[in-house]
Amino acid sequence: MQELGRIGFNEAQGDLLDVATVFCREQSPIARVRALIDSETGHEPAVWSQIAELGWLGVAIPEAFGGVGLSLTEVVPLVEQMGRNLLSTPFVSTTLAAQAILAGGTEAQQQAWLPKLATGAAGTLALVEASGDWDLTHVDCTAQDAGGGRLALAGQKLLVSDAATAAVIVVSLRFEGRPALALVEPGDLPIGALRRETIIDETRRAYAVDLTGATIGREALMDPERAADALAHIHLAANLLAAAEMCGGTQAVIDYTLDYARTRKQFGQLIGAYQAVKHPLVEAYVRYEQARSHLYAAAHSFAEQGTGEIATRMAKAIADQVFSYASDRAIQFHGGFGFTYDCDAQLYRRRAIWHASQYGDAGYHKKKLADLLL
Amino acid sequence: MSDTDPKDLAAYAEAADAWFRENVVADPGFMLPLTFMEVGTDQQFHFLQDWQHKVWEAGYLGAAWPKAYGGRGLSQAFQNAATRAMRRHNGPIMLNAIGINWTGPLLLDIGSEAHKLKYLKGIVSAEDIWCQGFSEPENGSDLGNAQTRAVRDGDDYVLNGSKIWTTLGRYAKYMILLCRTDPSAARKYDGLSFILTPMTVPGVRTVPIRKLTGEHGFTQTFFTDARAPADGLMGKEGEGWKVAMRTLEYERGARGGQAGGYVSVPSDAWDVLELARRMQRGGAPALADPVLRDQMVDFMIEIQSLSLCRDRLAIPALNTDRPMGLPLSSKLMSTEFGRRVNAFAVSLTGARGGYYVGDGNAVDDGVWTRAYLNAFSATIGGGTSQIQHNIIGEHVLGLPKS
Repeated sequence: MQELGRIGFNEAQGDLLDVATVFCREQSPIARVRALIDSETGHEPAVWSQIAELGWLGVAIPEAFGGVGLSLTEVVPLVEQMGRNLLSTPFVSTTLAAQAILAGGTEAQQQAWLPKLATGAAGTLALVEASGDWDLTHVDCTAQDAGGGRLALAGQKLLVSDAATAAVIVVSLRFEGRPALALVEPGDLPIGALRRETIIDETRRAYAVDLTGATIGREALMDPERAADALAHIHLAANLLAAAEMCGGTQAVIDYTLDYARTRKQFGQLIGAYQAVKHPLVEAYVRYEQARSHLYAAAHSFAEQGTGEIATRMAKAIADQVFSYASDRAIQFHGGFGFTYDCDAQLYRRRAIWHASQYGDAGYHKKKLADLLL
Repeated sequence: MSDTDPKDLAAYAEAADAWFRENVVADPGFMLPLTFMEVGTDQQFHFLQDWQHKVWEAGYLGAAWPKAYGGRGLSQAFQNAATRAMRRHNGPIMLNAIGINWTGPLLLDIGSEAHKLKYLKGIVSAEDIWCQGFSEPENGSDLGNAQTRAVRDGDDYVLNGSKIWTTLGRYAKYMILLCRTDPSAARKYDGLSFILTPMTVPGVRTVPIRKLTGEHGFTQTFFTDARAPADGLMGKEGEGWKVAMRTLEYERGARGGQAGGYVSVPSDAWDVLELARRMQRGGAPALADPVLRDQMVDFMIEIQSLSLCRDRLAIPALNTDRPMGLPLSSKLMSTEFGRRVNAFAVSLTGARGGYYVGDGNAVDDGVWTRAYLNAFSATIGGGTSQIQHNIIGEHVLGLPKS
């Protein structure tokens, strides 16, 4: 019988969960979330600095590189609470960039970048292309030898989170016939290479990055021998943190809808008394608790070979199912108000669509699970 | 044997493992029920009664109950080890479920010394079978409206009325009865009392109910001027609802004190997975069908959900927002899963899904169809899934009463 992962929870996770619960609630009231929608970067620099001061950016970075020396297991409660409060910053992009460099960077790259990423420099990943393929090894952008130790890049990356803020971008490229990863800095890109994209989740920022015309030094290439493993690790890490953000969001959208169901009256009765409203809310809630159990099992088992992948894919699949369901019902149960921009239900529904679209939705992960389990 | 020495515990666990390996009968020659609610024939009943007695005699049931009451006086860890060994070797279920899981813990908690001495040993040894009288023909989900009357007469209560869905009714020596002692109480709940009632006295008649499976499993119990000794009253008159709700907490596992073992074999996605490998679609294993694969994965995720949620109960930090959420959801989660996964299993059997228990061509002797039909006993009994939604909605999510 295949091991599917067990749930566990350590003291550091508990401490971080407590701190994050309060911090995210205080720093990200809904009015501020909405105000930031109209800002350029989508996040508040002061909050970003505080996150850096709290040491959260270094949680999963080894002490040798200036980090705390824990792992993604302990990052999960942080991201869960960010998701719960729709707190958008480049935290996840930066954490994933650091993970990529840890998994596939050269020693020099790790020395150069991890201490910066641990203390407040933002990073991100540029992996998606026009194919929209969730398979990260499907790469059409290229790097070619340009002589003089330089590589010429070509092609366009899409949906690059927080690219305008990032000090370093981990880019996937086809090099010598194989997928490779490289570190690209803003200075490597031609003027106008970044175009802000219109994305479904307005609390986030994503950019198209045109690599054509950019050149990088050969030393910017990450370890070619570890590129495949690094891509696999990035894929799972991104899904783990997405599941965390989605679980937090699901909890919040259920609470938001419950508030309405407990106060809104129709036909002389609170709408939450109608079983047509009550029972689907319970359905969403029960599925949410299951998703959260999967999340903390994935966090606990993440580093285990094989089991970590199964637990993570399960966590993302169920998180997608329940976040989509809960946020969809949230719009419906708010009635006419639910159809307006002012109702927060749309914020969560849009975010659920975003997360389903990035790194694979429930159907995609279930297909992978079928191949792993059946 | 000391009950704190881990060496003793290890030795006990090892002995239990060896005992169950030796003593579990894999195939008694007839189909065993998967839950105590499915006992339909005398053959099944006597087999399971003997089995529970044997397990108790060997020291692997009631190990954590006090010695004076038929237990072994060990700590719960010992019983848990025995239960794990039982599970490991696929031991048949424990028969006297209402006794070991409900009545026993209740008596240990709030029973008098006389109650404990009189009843507990018979419960754990399976000599005295217990049944439960909560639901009535007119009051299924609405337990608080129970109308079976109990009128005090000297040292007895005189009972009149009828209970339904009495599991093991025709075998039971005692019933835990929820009845109305005060019809004039302002709140319907305040007129109820909880009485330990003998079943083998004049005026108690059980009539078998034929289930949708075609089998006999439950009875309807009729009381006509039947006399129950008043010393069987649990709590005070009028406290029946409180005692009944407490009893349901033992059932759900929200309170401890159960004798151990298990009273049902849960539906398992792994067994269904194995079935999917054996069945055929288009000349290939059914499991090659992409639609069936997708559905199978959903069930794997779901059974993992049940297991993880159970384990998460032991992590208070992950239950702070709604501490009663998981405990009150577990019945809904697991029973609905059981119903759906068995329906899926039936569909996997293809054309042979048209057979039923009794035909030699039925896949696995028809167990999947029977399990599906029987699964409704859990989605309906103990509070229907619809009532469970109301309970969770109102008590966990704070929604107004429907």
